[in-house]
Amino acid sequence: MNQINQSGWKPGTPIAADHGGDYPTVTGNKALMLEEPLLFELGTAETCGVDLPAPDPKASNRLGPMARESDIGLPGLSEPETVRHYTRLSRQNYAIDLGLFPLGSCTMKHNPRLNEKVARMPGFADVHPLQPVDTVRGALGVINELAHWLIELTGMHGVAMSPKAGAHGELCGMLCIRAALEARRDVRQVVLVPESAHGTNPATAAFAGYEVEDIPAGADGRVDLQALKARLGPDVAAVMITNPNTCGLFERDMKAISDAVHAAGGFVYCDGANFNAIMGRVRPGDLGVDAMHINLHKTFSTPHGGGGPGSGPVVLSEPLCPYGPLPFTARMEDGTVHLVEEENADQFGHTHSFGRMTAFHGQMGMFTRALAYILSHGVDGLRQASGDAVLNANYLLRSLDDVLDAPFGDAGHCMHEALLSDHGFAEGMTTLDVAKGLIDEGFHPMTMYFPLVVHGAMLVEPTETESKATLDQFIAAMRSLAERAKAGDETLKTAPHHAPRARLDEAHAARKPVLAYQEVANG
Amino acid sequence: MPRYFTEEHEWIDVDGDSATIGITDYAQEQLGDVVFVETPQAGTQLAKGAEAGVVESVKAASDVYAPISGTVTEGNTALEDEPELVNSSPEEDGWFFKLTVADASELEGLMDEAAYETFCEGLD
Repeated sequence: MNQINQSGWKPGTPIAADHGGDYPTVTGNKALMLEEPLLFELGTAETCGVDLPAPDPKASNRLGPMARESDIGLPGLSEPETVRHYTRLSRQNYAIDLGLFPLGSCTMKHNPRLNEKVARMPGFADVHPLQPVDTVRGALGVINELAHWLIELTGMHGVAMSPKAGAHGELCGMLCIRAALEARRDVRQVVLVPESAHGTNPATAAFAGYEVEDIPAGADGRVDLQALKARLGPDVAAVMITNPNTCGLFERDMKAISDAVHAAGGFVYCDGANFNAIMGRVRPGDLGVDAMHINLHKTFSTPHGGGGPGSGPVVLSEPLCPYGPLPFTARMEDGTVHLVEEENADQFGHTHSFGRMTAFHGQMGMFTRALAYILSHGVDGLRQASGDAVLNANYLLRSLDDVLDAPFGDAGHCMHEALLSDHGFAEGMTTLDVAKGLIDEGFHPMTMYFPLVVHGAMLVEPTETESKATLDQFIAAMRSLAERAKAGDETLKTAPHHAPRARLDEAHAARKPVLAYQEVANG
Repeated sequence: MPRYFTEEHEWIDVDGDSATIGITDYAQEQLGDVVFVETPQAGTQLAKGAEAGVVESVKAASDVYAPISGTVTEGNTALEDEPELVNSSPEEDGWFFKLTVADASELEGLMDEAAYETFCEGLD
């Protein structure tokens, strides 16, 4: 049997009435945790939830050869059955509104309800990008206001608002860099990416047409400055660096790196996905960054994952601004906000744009939420949010580093996420087992096996959202799981035991998904 | 029976015009726990460098390439149910597929064990 699927459960396996409990029930339900069958198992072909008139037997069949020849077997359910089915399923879901989401690198902050209220205001929610500009000046004003604060917080010169997510923002930044190099007829071909960068960075550089070369990390988990300097030259177009990096560490040599890259004629791209750790405290513009995307859905609390789309505006340095994408907004002296597109780009002195990243302006719903977050926090509030996020991560790290290996624990404070490894686990015990054990303890698992440079990595990001009481409960669960993993507790290999399903075969579920209903013979 | 190695971390055992191919111990160590393997079906014609299969670990999914051209005679079906064989026995029971060698001269560019060891040391 496959090691990962200890229970042997697969779609279609009959559900035992007693799934492991000491007190079996006839229905298979555990109190109010209900076993939910598929719609096809619930419904019958005879039931219909809608009262349709009987077909007119005299009506002619106009479908000809397209007419259906046999029953397609759709299940019929009444309205209450349908409503209950989906509501029950929703109760089996996990969400940031239910509890801690410790996924490192993902920044699962609370989404303030004030943001939601603002985003639902009809003037923002019900506008169309092709509406006459004069009817949406307020919405344009919001985009312009958010752009202003993003520039202010990062100390940069301009911002492209339209990219729709982090990696899209990376591509936008790299296309700006390529356009700037091409404008000076410079044929640099290489982009340097440190090991501590996000995995999307090398993919972006390759997609933008560059050859990617690695720069090793030093023993302290940060970019090896000397190795980087040694590799710089007339063929290096840019360096893509993530700061704070994927090990949750601040790249202290950032300014020296930028100066060296600029001296060699290249540009500096900074992956700003972790900007939430330094927001209100460090301005990337002061560190010599030329382009950096900001994940509004991480740093500025807009919903993501299953909850909503991303948004990845890119702040740009003065040399890159002329090449930024259209459209963008501009506030005139009389206070009106204009939308700058191809036909009026000349008027606004924006003649070198590389083109567009999207058809329209960007993710309006994320803009309103992010601006609400920024304005409701104020500069002091944002500074405290980043400080609390870093404090929470360090509290976690120092509360666990006596029972779990912390690979860069000696490299000083971490930033917004705590990095742990499987070093010291008993033979056969893995990071995956600890993650599954966390489900039994009532927590969403942490990010695992990332960053790749750490064996059996566990990356935990509590964000500023979590209270000390929540963190203490999580720490207690992690300490217990660490002890079990080190002691080789076999029951951890088969966790979770209290979830509606035991350990599933995730690899086959993704590789060979069963997406259509298949009737299983009762056995 | 000579064993050859590629820079993509595959090993090839050649026995007459038949070759057995798998991934190296170094490769499985880098991948971590292997959870899924897809091997090519018998009869598949593979050109040198063509995608021959897939190996997925808890960390990453990677393609496996045909190090030489040939016709697949057998995929290791044991890996479907026990992908962990790639971790426990990468260079024996965890083999991926066998093929008939189309052009023995393609073996000339490959590394022997000593050269591969040196190659891996250079990567660390």
